[in-house]
Amino acid sequence: MTLSKEQILRYGRQLILPEIGVAGQQQLTHAAVLIIGAGGLGSPAAFYLAAAGVGTIGIIDPESVALSNLHRQILHTTEAVGSPKARSAQARLEALNPHVTVIPIQERLSAANAADILDAYDVVVDGSDNFSTRYLVNDAAVLLGKPLIHGGVVHFGGQVMTILPRQGACFRCVFPEPPPAGSIPSCQEAGVVGAVAGILGSLMAHETLKVLLGLGEPVVDRLFMFDGMTSRVRDVPVRRNTQCAVCGEQPTIRTLMELEPLCAGTA
Amino acid sequence: MAITVRIPTPLQRLTNGQGEVSCDGKTVTELLGDLERRYPGIKERICDPQGKLRRFVNVFVNEEDIRFLQGDQTAVKDGDEVSIIPAIAGGSYSGHVTV
Ligand SMILES: [Zn+2]
Repeated sequence: MTLSKEQILRYGRQLILPEIGVAGQQQLTHAAVLIIGAGGLGSPAAFYLAAAGVGTIGIIDPESVALSNLHRQILHTTEAVGSPKARSAQARLEALNPHVTVIPIQERLSAANAADILDAYDVVVDGSDNFSTRYLVNDAAVLLGKPLIHGGVVHFGGQVMTILPRQGACFRCVFPEPPPAGSIPSCQEAGVVGAVAGILGSLMAHETLKVLLGLGEPVVDRLFMFDGMTSRVRDVPVRRNTQCAVCGEQPTIRTLMELEPLCAGTA
Repeated sequence: MAITVRIPTPLQRLTNGQGEVSCDGKTVTELLGDLERRYPGIKERICDPQGKLRRFVNVFVNEEDIRFLQGDQTAVKDGDEVSIIPAIAGGSYSGHVTV
């Protein structure tokens, strides 16, 4: 497929980078990325991936837009309050770039549907907000061999890690188990700064593009951390754990299992 | 001189907002004990009631994960940097504080 004149103009500033070029742009056109959660991380990630011309973007989110989302979840407008996030995201992304096919999935990711949903995509971007989804996404991505861009944000800081299954550390290699249900002091909403989510979500989009195009060095076997109070970034080396329950030498997780939801209603 | 301990954002409320504090000890276990003496309540966020490191929290000594060293018996000395790094769940519609 050749690029249209409109596409050459639209993507011109990234096309002229020799590391991307027409061939890279065509690769993006054929790529499919799944974004878990149209929230604080998923919003900037989805915006930049759609703007860059990723051909297919799936967005899974079971929730509807709330007013208290808008300070960080920049995909959604005041007008969209009350409507499903997956649909609101679709409308914004299609308005930004009509060449992108957006697939809204208004469901909660579960052990029952994860394999079917993830299977259709080349890369998975995890911007979910709870441990049961995060471990499920990690395990599904490892079992299906899908590259996974993990990101988390809370208060003034966050983390990003790119997971290439069985080549580098997975989330479970680094953090073997989620906190036991009930151990978290409170399930009320934690504070978070919108722009900090934007920094980490943008990095997740960038990592996705690097993985899709085979560019540079993704954050593999490293845990990237941003501290918004000092605006310092650093990363620590992480490595595959031979004891890892999903990608170790004797895995105990061979099929997807549902992890106990941590808080009813907010998972 | 002492050992620098880097405190993750969610726990900085227990260290008066400080991202780095100084502690002493010969091992990670001793260091965490000293951290608890200086900032009561912090250790239970890092260790379970048996004193074992929680499985969703990592401790790095000079950028090396102690699970690949000698665990909580890993030796520490003056000038070392120790980082406490929890998993973060937040991102989407509500964020849970993890530790
Ligand atoms: Zn693993």
